[in-house]
Amino acid sequence: MGDVLWIFVSAMLVNNFTLIMFLGLCPFLGVSSKVGTGIRMGMANIFVLTLTALSVWFLNRFVLGSAPYLRLISFIVVIASLVQLVEMAIKKLSPTLFRELGIYLPLITTNCAILGLAMFQTSRGYNFGEGIAFALGGGLGLMLALVLMGSIREHLELAEVPSVLKGVGLVLVLAGTLSLAFMGFAGLFTS
Amino acid sequence: MKPTAAREDLLRGLWKENPVLVQTLGLCPTLAVTNSVENGIAMGIATFFVLVGSSVLVSSLRKFIPNEVRITAYILIIATFVTVADMTLQAVVPVIHKQLGAFIALIVVNCIILARQEAFAAKNTVWRSFLDAVGMGFGFIIALLLMCSVREVLGNGTFLGHSVFGPNYEPWVIMVLPPGGFFTLGFMLLGIAAWSRRKNPKPLRARPHAVTMQTTQRAVV
Amino acid sequence: MSAHEHGAGAPAGPSVSPFKLISTLTVFGAIAGLLIVVVFQATQPSILRNQAAATEQAIRQVLVGGAQYQTLFVHEDELVAQVPAGVDTVPLEKVYTAMDGDGQRMGYAIIGTEPGFADNIKLIFGYDAASKQVLGMLVIEQKETPGLGDKIVKDSAFVNGFIRAATPLRGVKIGQGKGTPDEVDMITGATISSRITIGIINHQLERLGPLIEAYEQAGGA
Repeated sequence: MGDVLWIFVSAMLVNNFTLIMFLGLCPFLGVSSKVGTGIRMGMANIFVLTLTALSVWFLNRFVLGSAPYLRLISFIVVIASLVQLVEMAIKKLSPTLFRELGIYLPLITTNCAILGLAMFQTSRGYNFGEGIAFALGGGLGLMLALVLMGSIREHLELAEVPSVLKGVGLVLVLAGTLSLAFMGFAGLFTS
Repeated sequence: MKPTAAREDLLRGLWKENPVLVQTLGLCPTLAVTNSVENGIAMGIATFFVLVGSSVLVSSLRKFIPNEVRITAYILIIATFVTVADMTLQAVVPVIHKQLGAFIALIVVNCIILARQEAFAAKNTVWRSFLDAVGMGFGFIIALLLMCSVREVLGNGTFLGHSVFGPNYEPWVIMVLPPGGFFTLGFMLLGIAAWSRRKNPKPLRARPHAVTMQTTQRAVV
Repeated sequence: MSAHEHGAGAPAGPSVSPFKLISTLTVFGAIAGLLIVVVFQATQPSILRNQAAATEQAIRQVLVGGAQYQTLFVHEDELVAQVPAGVDTVPLEKVYTAMDGDGQRMGYAIIGTEPGFADNIKLIFGYDAASKQVLGMLVIEQKETPGLGDKIVKDSAFVNGFIRAATPLRGVKIGQGKGTPDEVDMITGATISSRITIGIINHQLERLGPLIEAYEQAGGA
């Protein structure tokens, strides 16, 4: 079980999906202006990530052994379908949440984090438990990055930022600082 | 007007509407594989191939793709080209293929490619789509080259593996690590923003990338 | 931007029949699949050849100067030189061995892969069954942190520490060792990557050591 714990913590902090592995940057830059949206987007992502890890494990184990070249296409199809399903589910279960998330739900399909999770899970040969830990850790890490960036940007709205600096460039430099901080987690486990 | 429009199609992706530096699309690979010039070039060429191939195919088939499933169709086409590129890279340059790793597959969700299909290839002739894709593809390569040159030279003291500063250079390792990627791109974008404000002092367009993706996805929903 | 107009003007006419949607996508899927299979068949020979060449090169670096190299297979808990007819060798684990010019066995080369700090670490090491010593170690694949974890490749003191080390290996921090032959000095600042590297060798030998012994006792045929 030590392995599973390491995979979870590694995906969430040490090798944070967004700040270290560069996955999920599109929503990170687009959705991170408010903490609230960040949290909701993060939860939707965690849900899709976990379902994806499940499906990928299933596909790798039972289906793709004989046709490894169809891996990418099948992953993409599965992810697109999952996002569609999640969208329909949210629409039915919580119309308010659906309206709030709005545009950002279909955006999850092109979120590199989902496909990235699928590819890394495959290349590292994770079993079922490890895959779930990877998805949960990664998703939480993604949400953490969104929330952190969201709070910084909310504060920035009230600060006097020189107009030259406003825009994506500033967000990236801030992300760089966050990334630097997260690299400090490298010393978390010494054995 | 044809020749001017064609030239415009080809040139606008290079700088004015550069996919990375202006539209801020495709940032995942831009940051992830630019820690060496070799990897950056390989990723650029692979993405170029996928972009041009998909655009040409989508444009040729645009009358046959029903509107409701067009995003799925685009993604299918893109994924096919990426799989082909992946296998070709593995056969021809196995070392680079290993270094790029999972990020080759991530070309599928490179927002640049999907955005060009949706915004251009689906509504224009094959020739114009080809030119547009070539322009955008080269623009992407240019952006990658800028990024990885800075990162490899500063972070490793080399360019394409050849030492630039001599053996006594203490490499600024952070540049080839994740924070370095963020800083390099961030400062580059800030620099470009500052320079373009100098040229025409107008309020900055708010996140053109988010607008593209929003309208792309609103059409799906 | 053109994307803007497209989004705003999404067609609101009667929806296309589901049959047409599904059939279009199926056709696309079939063509995509066909294309991928064709490229797969075309590239597989090259890919396999590259992998075999890379493995051979790695073996030659840990079992230096061998006159004759041989591949042994792990089949049903036994190390064999020839598998029974009809058994596919591709999925079997392999142990490599080499003879020098005099026909004496130089040792065995074993490949091991385990999750490292960032991604998987893959290495090959040489093993002398008679003295139960590691002959040398070479890291083939790693994506550890540049400047820190990647020292398992670049730190020659670390790599040379494996030569003639007694198994099972024990990793010690520099300066804390007692000098026994089974000690390997770990890299300061990269103890996790070092420990994992040592662990790969120990774990492989735990499993394969007895098999190799049995093979030698059976005459090494």
